[in-house]
Amino acid sequence: MWEKRNMSITRKALLGLTAGAVMATGGLVAQPAPASAEEQVVPSLVYRTGPFAPGGISLADGFADYFTLINERDGGINGVKINVVECETGYNTDRGVECYDRTKNEGSGATFYSPWSTGITYALIEKATQDKIPILSMGYGRTSAADGRFFPYVFNFPSTYWNQATAIIRYIADQEGGMDALNGMDFAYIHLDHPYGKEPIPTLDVMAEQFGFTYAKYPVPPASMTEQKSIFLQIRRQRPDYIIMWGWGAMNSTAVNEAASIKFPMDKFIGNWWSAGEDAVEAGGDGAVGYKAASFHGPGDDFAVYADLKEHVYDKGLAAGKGDQMGRVLYNRGLNNAIVAVEAIRDAQAHFGEGQVITGEQMQWALENLDLTAGEIEALGVTGLVPPTKVTCENHEGLNPAILIQQWNGSEYEMVSDWVPAMTDLTRPILEAEAEAYAAEQGIEARDCS
Amino acid sequence: MFYREAGQFKTSYAADQQLLPIPMDRVFVIAVVLIAIFVVPVVGSQYWLESILLPVLILSIAALGLNILTGYCGQLSLGTGGFMAAGAYMSYKIATNMPEFMPVWVPILGGGLFAASIGVIFGLPSLRIKGFYLAVATLAAQFFLLWLFQKVPWFVNYSISGVPSAPPETILGFYVTGASASPEAKYLFVLAFVIVLALLARNMVRSRIGRSWMAIRDMDIAAELIGIKPLQTKLTAFAISSFYCGVAGALWSFCYINTVEPTAFDIERSFQVLFMIIVGGLGSVLGSFFGAAFIFLLPILLNNVPGWFGLQLATDVVSHLEFMVFGAAIIFFLIVEPHGLARLWQIAKEKLRLWPFPH
Repeated sequence: MWEKRNMSITRKALLGLTAGAVMATGGLVAQPAPASAEEQVVPSLVYRTGPFAPGGISLADGFADYFTLINERDGGINGVKINVVECETGYNTDRGVECYDRTKNEGSGATFYSPWSTGITYALIEKATQDKIPILSMGYGRTSAADGRFFPYVFNFPSTYWNQATAIIRYIADQEGGMDALNGMDFAYIHLDHPYGKEPIPTLDVMAEQFGFTYAKYPVPPASMTEQKSIFLQIRRQRPDYIIMWGWGAMNSTAVNEAASIKFPMDKFIGNWWSAGEDAVEAGGDGAVGYKAASFHGPGDDFAVYADLKEHVYDKGLAAGKGDQMGRVLYNRGLNNAIVAVEAIRDAQAHFGEGQVITGEQMQWALENLDLTAGEIEALGVTGLVPPTKVTCENHEGLNPAILIQQWNGSEYEMVSDWVPAMTDLTRPILEAEAEAYAAEQGIEARDCS
Repeated sequence: MFYREAGQFKTSYAADQQLLPIPMDRVFVIAVVLIAIFVVPVVGSQYWLESILLPVLILSIAALGLNILTGYCGQLSLGTGGFMAAGAYMSYKIATNMPEFMPVWVPILGGGLFAASIGVIFGLPSLRIKGFYLAVATLAAQFFLLWLFQKVPWFVNYSISGVPSAPPETILGFYVTGASASPEAKYLFVLAFVIVLALLARNMVRSRIGRSWMAIRDMDIAAELIGIKPLQTKLTAFAISSFYCGVAGALWSFCYINTVEPTAFDIERSFQVLFMIIVGGLGSVLGSFFGAAFIFLLPILLNNVPGWFGLQLATDVVSHLEFMVFGAAIIFFLIVEPHGLARLWQIAKEKLRLWPFPH
């Protein structure tokens, strides 16, 4: 009797499992075939599930779609097809490390990694350097990795968090009529209580002293990103001249909603480029109109490359995911990352042999010698999507870090500024000191960059 | 047929009291340990050693620690992540400031001892509050400790980013921590900790101290009446448990993710370790290993399965499948065996006694 009961439980459970599996396979979609040796393998660490999925899906889709475009329109790069291998991290560092180990030997080996997470980037820096696979963390990750002498395999152009902070302050100064206007101003800095959110604080401290403004910090714990009532009550009491935000995921939309509910003037609320997605403002309705955010590429789908994407990817039904992310800010950022990567692979092929699969080491050379001019960007049809960038051996954040400011008008973001340059003379010494401290602790010698 | 407890005659106290009195068990365990030491590093690929075995072994240590506290002493704790963080941050602090000649296990054990002392402090309320209320009190440890390590820059040597990298350290000239260490060296380094700590745990739980823990767990008033001091007993459980968690946290940072990162030890980690001992088996050393393997590996396995069969599924579909099957598997195991995987193992041994002729 007991045996029988157990059996039936087992059988029912199995039935349930199979039913679930069958239901889920309804979502079966095409994905690139398993890697073969002649393909350029590009692993993509994605988070299409979990609390950060609203941003993660856009990023992953944009990244994948551009490679699909290259394969479909050009037949790959000089005939070498690109195989994007996705691995779900859920934004968890330990799963990210597992994904890295799982994908790095796929086919002929991984070309580069874009982890889309500061935590995973930190965990992979030493591993990837050891394996000679570059990390392309565009605008996130370890700021001091911009010092190429100590971080040969890590690239964070077109700009770092520190430079972004200085550029936002410069933008505020421009709005108020010059650097002198900053003197005596009071800001609120609301940030995710996470290494990512705390990155710009040292720079803000230095600037506060130099320009004579004050600012109050409002950390938002990741576990309660959607509970910011008390924080905004404090902000209302503080009456800051501007609010600056370093947010991500559900924190962004919550903060925008709360700011609207205390009737804070939204054009004085500036988010960084991870608070620049549509997800931050869409839920806010009319209250969110006027919200500003930094970016290093344009929003929307008004770019020449979108015509090709439509013809070769969307209309053929090859779009990644549900195919509903086009033109979103973070989708464009995924595109941006892929465009730069494709150009670097092209450069590497030109240098090491056209039509060949390049290695991580060769990719590192290409990224380090990257020089994307406005003319080349124009030829690709991506003007405004990718800023002109030049990388050198010492400088892995690009030579002219600058940001754009976009503003939400209720239905879409529009650009309201020209390129606002960062204050690199201010950030570079802090950055180099931090990199040197890291190197001393790790016992790393500076690379000869001359 | 294959496994027999009967007919084992002991002629000395020593033989009767040994760790594994049944020769079959003994041979089996020794064989497993020998294989783990000599065969696995040779045949295991880098992915298996570094991404599968390493984290499972480290989490087994954490699960062992929590099992001592919750499974043996009956004190529910949600502070595991915080104690792991204490071990990780303190090990980092010691490792970067200790003189050159000190071996790498010193900071790891130092981190464990620091975690133990913090565990004692947060264990003090256990004298007055019990059950779920104690769980809430230990939750305070979780949040307070993570806040502390992020707030006080002293712990990270005033690093601006707040996420320092684990320093590379050597034993006998081989790197065992940091990214430049070979997977084999890291694996053996962690395995050494696992073997020593598991042996210790196994011996502790069958000695006076372990028996007093279990007496407290089963009925604290009765235990007090027969002369067991609740204060010392509970606090030793907290100290030893936190020591294990601290060592696990230090190894996690030094050997697995290579950075000392607060998010690696958040509340999710505490729950993960708690689920490990519930699924693996409360009050079982073996169960800690089963639980760690089940909770950590099953999701990764499920994530890999479609690829092995050549199924071209979208990434998010695979992940959603993973969540569904994983959840169903937990419920399934809790229904068929509420006492955990360790109990299933015991049942399997009982079945083997008669197999293949059940009657």
